[in-house]
Amino acid sequence: MVVIPKTRKEMPVTILSVPTVGSVGKTGFWRTFRPVVDYSKCIRCTLCWVYCPDGAITRQEDDSPEIDYDYCKGCGICANECPVKAITMRREEE
Amino acid sequence: MAQTVIDTANHIAAYAAKAARVQVIAAYPITPQTSIVERIAELVENGELDAEYIRVESEHSAMAACIGAAATGVRTFTATASHGLVLMHEPLHWASGSRLPIVMPVVNRALGPGWNIWADHTDSMSQRDTGWIQFYCADNQEVFDTIIQAYKLCENERVLLPVMICLEAFILSHTYMPVKLPDQKKIDDFLPSYRPKWLLDVNNPLSHANIVSSEWYMEFRYMMQEAMENAKQLIPEIDKEYGKYFGFEHHGLIEKYKCEDADLILLTIGTMGSEAKIAVDNLRNEGLKVGSARVRVFRPFPKEEIRKLAENTQLFAIIDRGISFGMEGFLAEETKASLCNQKDQPLIAGFIAGLGGRDVTFKTIEKIAKKSAEWMRRGRVEKETVWVDLRE
Amino acid sequence: MMVSIKELPKEEYLLKGHIACAGCGASIALRLLFKALGNKVIMVVPACCSSVIPGPYPFTSFAVPVQNIIFEAAAATASGIVAALRKRNVKDVTVIGWAGDGGTFDIGIQALSGAAERGTNFIYICYDNEAYGNTGVQRSGATPYGAWTTTTPTGKKERKKDMPFIMAAHRIPYIATACPSYPMDFVTKVKKAKGIEGTKFIHILAPCPTGWRYDTSKTVEIGRLAVQTGMWALFEIEHGKFKLNSPSDGLMDKTKRKPVKEYLTLQGRFRKLTEDGVKKIQKWIDEDWERYLKLVSNSASDLALYGKI
Repeated sequence: MVVIPKTRKEMPVTILSVPTVGSVGKTGFWRTFRPVVDYSKCIRCTLCWVYCPDGAITRQEDDSPEIDYDYCKGCGICANECPVKAITMRREEE
Repeated sequence: MAQTVIDTANHIAAYAAKAARVQVIAAYPITPQTSIVERIAELVENGELDAEYIRVESEHSAMAACIGAAATGVRTFTATASHGLVLMHEPLHWASGSRLPIVMPVVNRALGPGWNIWADHTDSMSQRDTGWIQFYCADNQEVFDTIIQAYKLCENERVLLPVMICLEAFILSHTYMPVKLPDQKKIDDFLPSYRPKWLLDVNNPLSHANIVSSEWYMEFRYMMQEAMENAKQLIPEIDKEYGKYFGFEHHGLIEKYKCEDADLILLTIGTMGSEAKIAVDNLRNEGLKVGSARVRVFRPFPKEEIRKLAENTQLFAIIDRGISFGMEGFLAEETKASLCNQKDQPLIAGFIAGLGGRDVTFKTIEKIAKKSAEWMRRGRVEKETVWVDLRE
Repeated sequence: MMVSIKELPKEEYLLKGHIACAGCGASIALRLLFKALGNKVIMVVPACCSSVIPGPYPFTSFAVPVQNIIFEAAAATASGIVAALRKRNVKDVTVIGWAGDGGTFDIGIQALSGAAERGTNFIYICYDNEAYGNTGVQRSGATPYGAWTTTTPTGKKERKKDMPFIMAAHRIPYIATACPSYPMDFVTKVKKAKGIEGTKFIHILAPCPTGWRYDTSKTVEIGRLAVQTGMWALFEIEHGKFKLNSPSDGLMDKTKRKPVKEYLTLQGRFRKLTEDGVKKIQKWIDEDWERYLKLVSNSASDLALYGKI
C-alpha cells in the first residue's frame, strides 16, 4: 500500500507512483444517474461487466453483476448494452 | 593487460564504453561523432563488446531509447554532437528528471545555420540547464578516464544524474594521441556492475513519471539540485581514487597551472586550456605573472574553486568558445555570478574566440593575456567582452 | 483459444477510481488488454489520455510497471526497454506501447516507423479517439473528414491517414484493427500478437463521448455502428496476408453494410456535415471496401500485400 510521504526525505528520487484503487478518490460522486439492476430480469450474460470502463462492476459467483457505487461514474453503458434491459438509470436523488 | 594505443578521442570513447561494459547503446550518427558509433558497431559485431546496439532513427529517439533501457536497469551509452544534441533537448530533461545514470560523449561542434562542423562550445553550453553533469576534456587520455569516472559518479545513489563528456570537434575527436588503456580487471574493480536505484519490474509494478502536481514537483527538482551539489563533492574524490588505481588524475573540477602567485589568471574550457599553459610559460619568461585555470567540470559549476582562485589574483581573463546571445560568454557569465557578494572580486575581462572552429593557438592567448595585463595595470577593464580576431 | 467473455479472467489491472471521462472507450480497451495479457507486461505510455487517466503521483490506477514518456518517443523507448530486458535475460515479459492517435499518426510516427523497421519485439497498440483528446480535442491525422474538433471548428477538410496500411508497408509480421464493442475479437488479436516475434501493431477504435459529442452511454453502440457501416473494418494482416474478421467478413456486399449516415448522425462532431459530405464519406467507404475485396481475393490466391514475410 502506498504511504504518502510526509517529508522530502521520504520521497523517492523520481516520480514513482504506486498502483492504488481510487487513485483520484471515490469517483462515484461524479454521478447524476445511477444504474439499478433488476436481478429477476438479469440473464447473467456478463456483458455489463465487460463493458464497464471503470471496472466498477464485479462478476459474482453466479455471474450476476455487483456494482460498486463508490466508483461507478453513471455513464450508462451497462444499461444501454444489457440485452434484456435489466439495468435502468435512475436519478441519484431518487 | 594495460596497453598504450595511439588513437582518436572518438575511438577512445568507444573503447571506454567497452571498458565500462555498457549494456545498451542507442545512437544516431552525426559529424564529427560518427567514428564513435562506427567503432562501437564494429566492437559489438565482432563480439568484443557484449551489448545491445539500437541503430535508432534520430537523436531524439536515441535518448528516449536510452531512457527506456536505463529505466529497465542496464548501463546505457550514447553519443552525439551539435544539432543531434539540441534535437535531444526534450529527452535530455526527461533523462535527468528520471535520475538515470546515462553517460554521453558530446563532440562539441558549431550550430547552424549554415553547416559548420568544427569546434565550438555553444551546443553543449546551450544545454547547461538540463540537469546533466558536464565535463570538458583537453586530451584523449582524459576522455577515456573521464568516461569511466563518470559511470562511477553518476551511478552513486547520491548523484543519479546523467553525464555529458564534451570533447572538441576534430581537435580531439579526430586527432591521434597516445592513450593508456588500463587493465580490464582493474577497471571492473574500480567500476562494479550497475545496481539501479529504481527500475521497471513486473514484480514491483510502479508508474514512472505520471502526472505530478505543484504539491510535489518542487521537491523532486530540489533533489536534483542536491544531487548536483553532491556531485561537486564526489568528482574530486573519484578522480583521486582513479589516480590511485590507474596512475592518471585529471585535476578534479579545475586544472590549475601556476595560479598560486599569478596576478592574472586565464580561464578556459577544453583544449584551449592546453594552449593556455604554453602561453603561460612563454609569458612568464617575459616577466608576466600569469596562470591558467581550465574548468573541467561546468555543471555543477565549481563556484567555490573559482572563489578561491579569486582571492589572490587581480584579473580573470576568460576565454569562451561560444556566446549566449544577448548576454556574454558562458564561462564569463557563470564566473561573474560565482563572485557576486564575494569580498574578493578581481577584474574580469571576457573574450570570445574560436567560434565555428576558428583556430585559437597559444599565440592568440598570449595576445589576450597581454591586453588583459594592460587593463590590469590601469585598474580598469576597457571592454567587457572582446571578440578576438574579428573581421572589421 | 478463448471463445466467450465468461472465460476472461476476473482480475483487474486497470484499478477503479481513475479519472477517465465517464463512458471512455479507451478505458474499456485497456481493461480488455489486461484481460488478454495479465500483468506480466511493461507499458510505455507517451503523452495521451492515458497519461492522465491513472491519476497523479503518488498514486496510479495502472497495476503494471509503466514508463510514461515524451509524446514523440513511445516506440523508441520501447526499443530501449526490449533491448535491456534481453540483456538482463528477462523472459516472459511483454512490452506494450500504449499510445493515442497523436503519438502514433503524427508526432510519434517517426519513432514508430523506426522501431518497426528495426523489428523491435513489442506490441504497439494505438487507441484511436480520432483527435488529440488529452489536450482538449484538437484535430489529429486520425480525425476523419468532416469531424468537428477545436482546431477544425467547421469540420476537418482532410481524410484520415490509413495507419494500418502504413504499418503494412514496413512488412511487420502482424497488424490488426479492433473495436472495444467486439471484446473477444480484440482479446484474441492481442493474444495472437503476443505469440509472434517482431513488431506487432494493433489499431483499436476508442469512441470518445467528450470528443465525438454523444451521450456517454452510447460508447459501445457507436463502436458497433462504426463496424456495421464499414467505417471501421475489422481485419488482420498476418505475415502480409490480409483477412477480414467477423462481422466485417460478412460486409463485403455493400447492401449488408448499414448506411454510414446512421453512424454519423449519432455524433455531435458530425453535426455540420452536409448531404454532400455524407455522400463523400459513403463513397470513400465503398472505395475502401473495393480494395479490401481485392486484397481478400489476392490472399485467397496466396498473394501477400508486400511479399511473404
